[in-house]
Amino acid sequence: MKFLRDYLDSIKPNFEKGGKLEKLHSVFDGLETFLFVPRHGAQSGAHIRDGIDMKRAMFTVVIAMIPAMLFGIWNTGHQHFLTLGMFAGPLDGLMDKLMFGLIKVLPLIVVSYGVGLGIEFLFAQLRGHSINEGFLVSGLLIPLCLPVEVPLWMVAVATAFAVVIGKEVFGGTGMNILNPALTARAFLFFAYPTKMSGNTVWINTSAENGQALVDGYSGETFLAQSIQSSSNYVNVAGVPYESATDAWMNAFWGFIPGSIGETSVVAILIGAGVLLFTGIGSWRIMLSFFLGGYVMGLIFNAWGANEFMQVPAIYQTFMGGFFFGMVFMATDPVSAAQTNVGKWIYGFLAGFLGIMIRVFNPAYPEGIMMSILFMNVMAPLIDHYVVQANVNRRLKRVKVSNQ
Amino acid sequence: MSEATAELQEKEVKKSEPLFSKKNKKLITDPLNDDNPITVQVLGICSALAITVQVKQAFVMSISVLFVLVAGNVIISLLRNTIPSRIRIIVQLVIVASLVILVDQVLKAFVYDVSKQLSVFVGLIITNCIIMGRLEAFALGNKPGPALLDGIGNSLGYGWILIAVAVVREFFGSGKFWGFQLLGDSSVGSGLYSIGYMNNNLMVLPPMALIVVGVIIWIQRSKNTKLIEAH
Repeated sequence: MKFLRDYLDSIKPNFEKGGKLEKLHSVFDGLETFLFVPRHGAQSGAHIRDGIDMKRAMFTVVIAMIPAMLFGIWNTGHQHFLTLGMFAGPLDGLMDKLMFGLIKVLPLIVVSYGVGLGIEFLFAQLRGHSINEGFLVSGLLIPLCLPVEVPLWMVAVATAFAVVIGKEVFGGTGMNILNPALTARAFLFFAYPTKMSGNTVWINTSAENGQALVDGYSGETFLAQSIQSSSNYVNVAGVPYESATDAWMNAFWGFIPGSIGETSVVAILIGAGVLLFTGIGSWRIMLSFFLGGYVMGLIFNAWGANEFMQVPAIYQTFMGGFFFGMVFMATDPVSAAQTNVGKWIYGFLAGFLGIMIRVFNPAYPEGIMMSILFMNVMAPLIDHYVVQANVNRRLKRVKVSNQ
Repeated sequence: MSEATAELQEKEVKKSEPLFSKKNKKLITDPLNDDNPITVQVLGICSALAITVQVKQAFVMSISVLFVLVAGNVIISLLRNTIPSRIRIIVQLVIVASLVILVDQVLKAFVYDVSKQLSVFVGLIITNCIIMGRLEAFALGNKPGPALLDGIGNSLGYGWILIAVAVVREFFGSGKFWGFQLLGDSSVGSGLYSIGYMNNNLMVLPPMALIVVGVIIWIQRSKNTKLIEAH
């Protein structure tokens, strides 16, 4: 490590004011602070600064996403081979599944990071500020919340849209009102709906010579199946699960079709553990988000007007992107509510509305995306009223003491 | 808006001034950029969102607004000394409404398909803030000559934004310009579509028009130093 530090220090003067590469200062600064904790100490006085800066915080989130990403890679292969009638058991053909998933998922991640970071570097250069770190997380979130069959150029367009319109317009990381990754997903969802929903986008069904799709192949996600029936689920090979509990255990572990990173509740909960342990994700938002979705599920159970409403509340949360949105999207510190009371309201309503949109409007099965974006917009309003309520409460106290 | 109103009313044109004096030329050039009705005054946004899906519609709409605004400006300017100020809004409405009906009938007679696509938005020209705004702010206090120029300037300023937005939306939304397929036929998948390109459905939806207008404002403000507000 020392030689790297020495090397950086030796080339640093080139990028300082007056150096020959002064124009590339923001690029150098971005790389240097990425590799080493910056030495931005206080110059005088007794200030204590935590060593963790935004790059370190963002990277912790990336680490928290790794279980979901690895599972998504494996599941991409798993679903693919299931449709071909091969390797039915979770552990059969592990390497084949991982390799297949890697070939499918890695390009998405590379394109997302390449385009996003390219634009970030460009804007940092043009505006002369340091490079925003926020994209470290968004760049991985974007591929994880997309179906595996989405074309690469669409990922590139959506990433560019999310970074420019979702973030840079407002002034970069820390200023955006919407979660950039969800902006990218919403853009794709409305711009290219045939590639973002339906029964053909979730699984790669390309068969090699001599292979054929199994009879009764169905690419439907659990969300799509729930509209018809809340008890009889089939896997992608069209085989019904032994029991409802069996179906839901599969959903819990994540052996079902869906967006790359969203299927496995277990993998996401491991990530949630990392976020909560390091204190980077807000437990208030996660808990209230879950409660919101659960309460809405209970209300629908009591109502029970159609099959979708009869899905048990706890299972309702296992489907679609509920947990993924809860742990990685809703907790985005920039676009979420800032006050503690505000976080409770924000999280609760996001979960509540997510399940509501999903059930009421089958055309928008991914209601979680809509509800989180909606609550992103509402978050400043919530904060405003929370702060005002606090101000009013304290004003009252002043009046009492004056008497 | 109110500041601009006061400012414009101060610009009373003297009798001896020629029609294309320096001051009068600004009446045409200002609304194109520095004082654009859509991107700076943020008026007429409703129609900018609704009828910019195709260039043809946007063009017809711009021509219609040009006619209504120019004729309305001149008529109101001619009548300006006889209109009692208490009922001036009603008088303006009557004049604009008759002009709009005229436009509507002409469109129905000669370009029926476009008229059908524009549907209510031709009638809604009456409520277009730009028209009432110009009548109130300019025509009521100025002679017919400058009022004519002001009408042309503002409707051109409105029109070019409308058409710019429509060009972007039609190209990305349906791969066409003025109805001509530039990228191949999307229904049979020829041209660019054969290698996997797809039309962007979001471009056809109104929210994208708002974003396109926003991007135009962004570019305009970063280029035009007069519009950069002091903090």
